[in-house]
Amino acid sequence: MTESGSRRGADEGGTKQWELVVGLEVHCELATATKLFCGCPNQFGAEPNTNVCPVCLGLPGSLPVLNRQAVEFAMRLGRALHCTVEPSTFARKNYFYPDMPKDYQVSQYDQPINAEGHLDLPSGQRIGIERAHLEEDTGKSTHVGGGGRIHEAGHSLVDYNRAGVPLVEIVGRPDLRSSEDAKAYAAELRAILLATGVSDAKMEEGSMRVDANVSVRHPGEEFGTRCEIKNLNSLRSLGRAIDYEARRQIDLIEAGERVIQQTRHWDEADGRTHTLRSKEEAYDYRYFPEPDLVPVVPSAEWLAEVEASVPTLPAERREAVAEAAGVTPADAALVVERGLDGLVLAAIAAGADPLRVLTHADHNLAVEGADALDPRALAELVTMEADGALTATQAKTVLAEMVAGGGSPAEIAGAKGFEAVSADALGDVVDGIIAANADEWDRYVNGDDKTRGKLTGFFVGQVMRATQGNADGKAVTALLEQRRGG
Amino acid sequence: MPQKITRDDVAHVADLARLALSDDELEQFTGQLAAVLDHAADVEALDVADVPPTSHPVPLENVLRDDVVTPSLDRAEVLAQAPAVEDDRFRVPPSLGQEP
Repeated sequence: MTESGSRRGADEGGTKQWELVVGLEVHCELATATKLFCGCPNQFGAEPNTNVCPVCLGLPGSLPVLNRQAVEFAMRLGRALHCTVEPSTFARKNYFYPDMPKDYQVSQYDQPINAEGHLDLPSGQRIGIERAHLEEDTGKSTHVGGGGRIHEAGHSLVDYNRAGVPLVEIVGRPDLRSSEDAKAYAAELRAILLATGVSDAKMEEGSMRVDANVSVRHPGEEFGTRCEIKNLNSLRSLGRAIDYEARRQIDLIEAGERVIQQTRHWDEADGRTHTLRSKEEAYDYRYFPEPDLVPVVPSAEWLAEVEASVPTLPAERREAVAEAAGVTPADAALVVERGLDGLVLAAIAAGADPLRVLTHADHNLAVEGADALDPRALAELVTMEADGALTATQAKTVLAEMVAGGGSPAEIAGAKGFEAVSADALGDVVDGIIAANADEWDRYVNGDDKTRGKLTGFFVGQVMRATQGNADGKAVTALLEQRRGG
Repeated sequence: MPQKITRDDVAHVADLARLALSDDELEQFTGQLAAVLDHAADVEALDVADVPPTSHPVPLENVLRDDVVTPSLDRAEVLAQAPAVEDDRFRVPPSLGQEP
C-alpha cells in the first residue's frame, strides 16, 4: 500500500483504536441514446441547452414516457450486482433548486427496481448493496462570481442538457472499513458498469459520481454519526476525502466535541471537506407517487432476456484465472482489468507456464493490441523462455514485436540474432571474466553481502557485454555463486 | 386517528414551499388544512385489510418507448422564454446552501 495509509485515521492517536465505517452511494449515467422520459439525446459535451424539449424543461402539459432501454440497463446492472428485480414505481422528489426546471426530480422511492444485492471485492470481501434504482439526472449549474465556489456564488447559470438523463443510483451498505476498500469498491463497480455496457462510467466527466457516507467508532460499538461527502471526482479524491474526514471526526471526538450529521463538500485543492448544509436543515423532500408514470412490472420472459445479457463478471473472470494459474483472485485482478484474461487462459491451455504468462500480462502487455495476440504464439514464447532459449529481457523484446506485428517468436528471435548461449559456453564466458577481473572477484568472494550485491551487478554486466546481451542474468548469478562456493 | 395538524406543521410546509405567510394566514390555513385532513381521516375508519395497495389509479403497467432520438427544441426559442440568459444558459439567483 503506497497511499498514505488507509488506516492512518484508524490507528493513530488516542489510546483506543478507531474504526472507520464507509458506505458509498454511486450515481451512474446510463449509456442510452436518449433521456429517461423524452427523446432528447443523452449526450455529453453538447452546446448548452440544445438537447432540451418540453418534457425535460418541465413545460406545462408535457408528459413523460419511460425509456425501455434505460429500464433494461437498470435491470441488467441489478442482476450483475446480484439484486432481485422487483415491480417498481416512480415518485416525485420535491425541492427548490434551479437544476431541475420542474422543481422536482423523478426518482424511485419506496419501490425501487433492484433490491438487496452484493458486490465482491478482488480481496474476496463482500459488500452489501441495499438498492439500485432508476432516476433522472439534474441540469448542470455553474456558479459565477465569488471564485466559483458554491457558498460564495453571485449567481448561477444553468444548462438543462443533462436534465432527464437516465441514472441508476447504487446504494451500498456501510460495510467498508478503509479508504483503500472504498476505492476498491468504486473501481470494481466501475468494472461491472463497463463489463455490462450500461454506462461509460467516467468519473472525470461525471457519468459516474460517488458520494461517501463516513463515520468513526470504536470496534464493536454502534455506528457513529455520519457525514456525507460530495464532489468526489476521482478515486484519488475519494480516498483522500475519506481519510481527511475520518481524521476530522476523530479529532473532534477526542477533543470532547461531537460530530454533527451534515453534508460536506470535498475541496480537492485545499484537501479538506467543508460544510455544505446541516442535516437538521436538510430537505423534507415530500416524496409522492408520480401520477404521470405507471408501474414497471417486467414479465418472466423479459427478465430471462435480461438475465441472458449479463456477461461474465470481473469477479468470475478473476476466479477463472486464479484457478488456471494457481494464484489468488487478487493476483489475477490486473489481467482481468486489462481484459487480457482470455489470452492468459488460452496461453495456459496451450501449455505455457502459468506464472510466466501472468508475469508477462502484468508487466509487458499494458499496450494497445495486446488482447489480439495469438495465445499459441504467446505460449511458444513462454516455453522458449522457460527452456532457457531466451532470456527474460529478450523475451520481452520479442513479445513487443509480436504485439506490434504478429509473427512467430522463434522467427523474431532468429531475426534479432537472439541465440541462446549454451550452459557450457556461458560457463566459459563467466570464467574468462573472473580471470580478467581478479581484484573484483577477490572482493566478491571475501566481501560482505552488500559488496557482493554490487559486484554481482558488475559481473553480470560484463557477461552481458561479452555475449551481446544473450545471456540470462539469473543463470549468470547462479554460475557466479557456484564458482564462489566451488 | 392521526395527530391533529399544528400551526408549526403548517409553518414548516410553508417554508418548504417557499411561501411567506403572515401570522393571520398561518392561523387561517392551519384551520383549513385540519378540516381537509379530517375529511381524509374518514378513510381510516374503513376496514381495508383485504384491499391491495393501489400504486396508480389507471390499471396500466409497462408503458414504454423505444430509445430513439426525436428532435429537441430550438435553443433561441427556448432561451427567449427565460427571464435572464447568460452564455446560452439560464441565469438564476444564487442558491446558497440549498443544493439538494
